[in-house]
This record gives sequence, C-alpha cells and structure tokens, in this order.
Amino acid sequence: MQIYLPIAEVSVNAFLLLGLGGMVGILSGMFGVGGGFLMTPLLFFIGIPPAVAVATEANQIVASSFSGVLAHFRRRTVDLRMGSVLLVGGLTGAALGVVVFNYLKSLGQVDLLVKLCYVVFLGIIGGLMFIESLNAIRKARKANGAPPPKRRQRNWVHALPFKMRFRTSGLYISVLPPLVVGLFVGVLSAIMGVGGGFIMVPAMIYILGMPTKVVVGTSLFQIIFVTAFTTMLHATTNFTVDVVLAVLLLVGGVVGAQIGTQIGARMKAEQLRILLALMVLVVCGKLALDLLLQPAELYSLGTEGGH
Amino acid sequence: MLRLIAALCLVALPAFAVEEQVVLGLSQDRVAITADFNGSEILIFGAVKREAPIPEGDPLEVIVAVSGPSEPVLVRRKEKKFGIWVNTDSVLVDSAPSFYAVATSAPFKEAITDTEDLRHRVSIERAIRSVGAAMHIRGAQSFANAVVRIRENARLYSIRENTVAVDEQTLFRTSIEMPADLTEGEYSARIFLTRGGMVVSDFTTSIDVRKVGLERILYTMSRQQPILYGLMSLAIAIAAGWGASAAFRLIRNN
Repeated sequence: MQIYLPIAEVSVNAFLLLGLGGMVGILSGMFGVGGGFLMTPLLFFIGIPPAVAVATEANQIVASSFSGVLAHFRRRTVDLRMGSVLLVGGLTGAALGVVVFNYLKSLGQVDLLVKLCYVVFLGIIGGLMFIESLNAIRKARKANGAPPPKRRQRNWVHALPFKMRFRTSGLYISVLPPLVVGLFVGVLSAIMGVGGGFIMVPAMIYILGMPTKVVVGTSLFQIIFVTAFTTMLHATTNFTVDVVLAVLLLVGGVVGAQIGTQIGARMKAEQLRILLALMVLVVCGKLALDLLLQPAELYSLGTEGGH
Repeated sequence: MLRLIAALCLVALPAFAVEEQVVLGLSQDRVAITADFNGSEILIFGAVKREAPIPEGDPLEVIVAVSGPSEPVLVRRKEKKFGIWVNTDSVLVDSAPSFYAVATSAPFKEAITDTEDLRHRVSIERAIRSVGAAMHIRGAQSFANAVVRIRENARLYSIRENTVAVDEQTLFRTSIEMPADLTEGEYSARIFLTRGGMVVSDFTTSIDVRKVGLERILYTMSRQQPILYGLMSLAIAIAAGWGASAAFRLIRNN
C-alpha cells in the first residue's frame, strides 16, 4: 500500500515502513539504543530526503524509547538519579551540538563530517565492546559455572570530588563523569542525528561501571528527553518532521520495542553486548565502504540553502 | 500612404500569424495529492482549428511538454581525496523543473529543429538553465547533465517519442504519466504544432498540483504552527509508546 508523505513529498510503501520500524524497535528494546544509527541510513536508502529522515527519526525514537522505558520501570531497572544527571549534561550538549553543527555547515562538508563521526565512533565502540565481551565470555567458560568475577573495579572515576550515591546502580561516585558523558553524547547526538544510546550504553558500562541491566533502562530514560528536544528543534527551525512517516515508523517501533525488551531480559549480559558490538561494527563497515569505494553516481543534487 | 500600409497589415496579419490553432482538452486540470496518492495519468487531447484547407507539404507534428515548477538546484561532485570520496566542486543550476515530460508524434529530431528547440526550450536539456556556472570549474556542462541523468533515473524527467497520436492532421491525443513523488505547484502543459520542424503554433495551459485533505492540513500546520506541530508529534509518540506498553502488559497478564 503506497502512502504519500506530506512533508517528505515522496510516496512510499506503508508496510515497508512498518517493517523497518518493527525491526529497529526490537533492537532498541534489546539493547537500550534508540536505533537511530540504523534507521537514519535505512531511511536515506529508501529515498526519504536526509533532512526529513534525521528529524523524523528523532520523533520516532521518542516513541520506542518511551515504550521501552515503561517496561524497564516495571522491572525497576531505571536509575532515575543517574538518568537526571546524564540528562542535564545531555541537554546542554545537544544545544552545544547544534551550534557546532551550524558552524560545520557554514564550512561546507557537513555530510562528510557526519559520516566520519559515524565511522570513527561506531568503529571504536564496536571494536572495544566486541573484544571485551569475547574476553568476558571466555573467562566465564574457564571459570566453569563459577560466579563471574566482579567487574566493578576501582579506577580514576572513584577519585573525583562531588560524590553522589546512586542507589539503583549501587554506585557511590562523583557526578562529574556522568555529566561529562551526558554532555559528550548530547553534542554527538545533535551532530549525528541519533539518540546516542550506542555511545551512552558502553560509556555507562565501562566508564561509570554501572550494572548492564540498569544501563539499558537508564539510557532509554535519558534518550527520550534528548530526542524530544531535538524533535522540537527540527520542527521549529527546519520544518522537517514528517508526522505521517513518524506514525508509521513508531507503530512498528513500539511493538518491536516491547518484543525486544522481552528478548533482552532472557539473554545474558555478555551475549547482549557482543550482539550490539557486531551490529555497530556492521553499520560502521558499510559507512566506511561508502567513503572508500567509488560511488556509482559522482554527482548529487541539493537545494541552494544546503551549502 | 500610412493608411494603405495599415490596411495591408490588417489583411496580412491573420493569414500570416496563425493559420492553425490548438483547441485543447485535458482529462483533469488539477491533480489532488491525497494520502494514498500513487501517481496520476493526465490525458491531453485536442484538435487543430484552421480556416484554410490543410496545407500541402510536411505533415503536422505535435509536441506536448508538461513541466513542474522550476527551482535552483545545487549540484555537487565527488572526488577522491586522501583516500575517501568527498564533495569538492559544486555548481548552482539556476533553474531546473521538478518534473518534465515531453511527448512527440515523431522522433524528436524530426518533430522540431534545433533552432526552434533553442527558442522554445522544449527538450529536457534546454528546459534546464545554468547561466551562472562558475568558469573555473572544468566541464560545467557535466553538472547540468547530471541533473538530467539523476532525475531521469528517478522517472521525473522523460522524453517519450512517438507517443502522441495524430489523426488526419487534426485530432491529437496523448497521456502523460506523473509519478507518485510529485511536488506541489503550478505545472504547465505546452503544446507545439510543427511543420517541417518549424513551430507553427503553440498553446500553454496550467495544471494545478496540490495536496488536499489531511496532507494539506499537516503541511500547512507544520509551516504555520511549528511549535504546535512539534508538540503534536511528540504527543503522538508518547501516546503510541504508552499504548504499546499497556497493550503488551494486558496480553501477558491474560
């Protein structure tokens, strides 16, 4: 069934959009990532104008994250206190990111920089997570059924001032690292047009030392607000949020997120992480190939404003 | 003397200017873009009105050109730098129609001469204007060609030779297919009558392509009340997220 999108001004198959939404929704529920880093390139691929894809994707992430976070709330796996601290950093970062984005735009080459950002960050995070999870699985096998070693090591994070107790995460650490992580992710999410979960989740696990089960819910909680902020920003400045496209994606997305949360609850943390790592690496590889191989069409069309 | 010239002109003018005229019909003069819009086909038909008998010599040919609203297009070219493909040169094509379809009753080169094509801007290449192409960029023409190539692949530009049926040099008809990815605006349909490649008469009419219903409401709202529109999008997102969560809990509890 073809449907005409009023803002994107293209006609697409409604079932294709529902399917895409569902698929990305499942991943979102499983890993606590918004799925924007997967969905946005997919939308480009089916012919949605990039500006509309990025803005609408932010709106869709709000829906799937909200659906996911409710499930996590019921299982009490959301650290509200940590989420709020991250959010303060995140919103500041998003506002900063928009300034950076506009500066890059004035220099031209914003597309290239966005893609390079993707390749570099996806590559580093995917690679690190993959190696770490492999090691964890190997160790668990060697221990042969023995309880896994405590992962919460004392590092430089514990030496910083302004300590705060995060009961749900079982942490007593300084507020500075979460603030900085939030800020950094906020900047990146504004530049790359994603929720930032794929950076947030590993940062919470490896830098803050939060338990994996709490990480997913808390990440989703924070993503809702940052992407809602981004949606409003796009809707009021660029007029590029397509609500029809968003509805189709989010109907699939919210259902998928529920299924994903169920699957995620049944899997081991290491398996979850190794899957996320693989997915991140695949997307990274695809984007890197786009930059390295000669494109079939050397020319691209844009509007005058898109300098 | 003056009076004589004036009288001569009056006598000569009608015969000289328009011997054959187009009387046109359209199956629809407006295209409504609804939510389930899946392209449209416009039937363009008409007759040639003439006071004198059909002239001898070259047969009558008909060219129909439908074009969407024109806009400037920025064309960028990629080049390999430091091992990766990046956008380097760009050329602003001053004006390129969002949609362009030409239908002819004979092969294009036979239906109209190159000079007449230049004058009336009939062919796809001529319908695009790139006057301000920067001189320092080599092969600025290739940028204009890229616009044509990319839009032809997207089925937005097309030339359909031999698709106008002409009966008895008087009646003609053709249908122009419009793809689903149309943009809004005032489209124009131009009809040229040619003999021996020379345009003997032309006629222009407009086709109104517009979003209607829900499409119209949403589009207008996004432009005029962006804050409200943004909040509405968020409200829908939150409601859908909550709805799915509640529904799944119900299913699981049963």
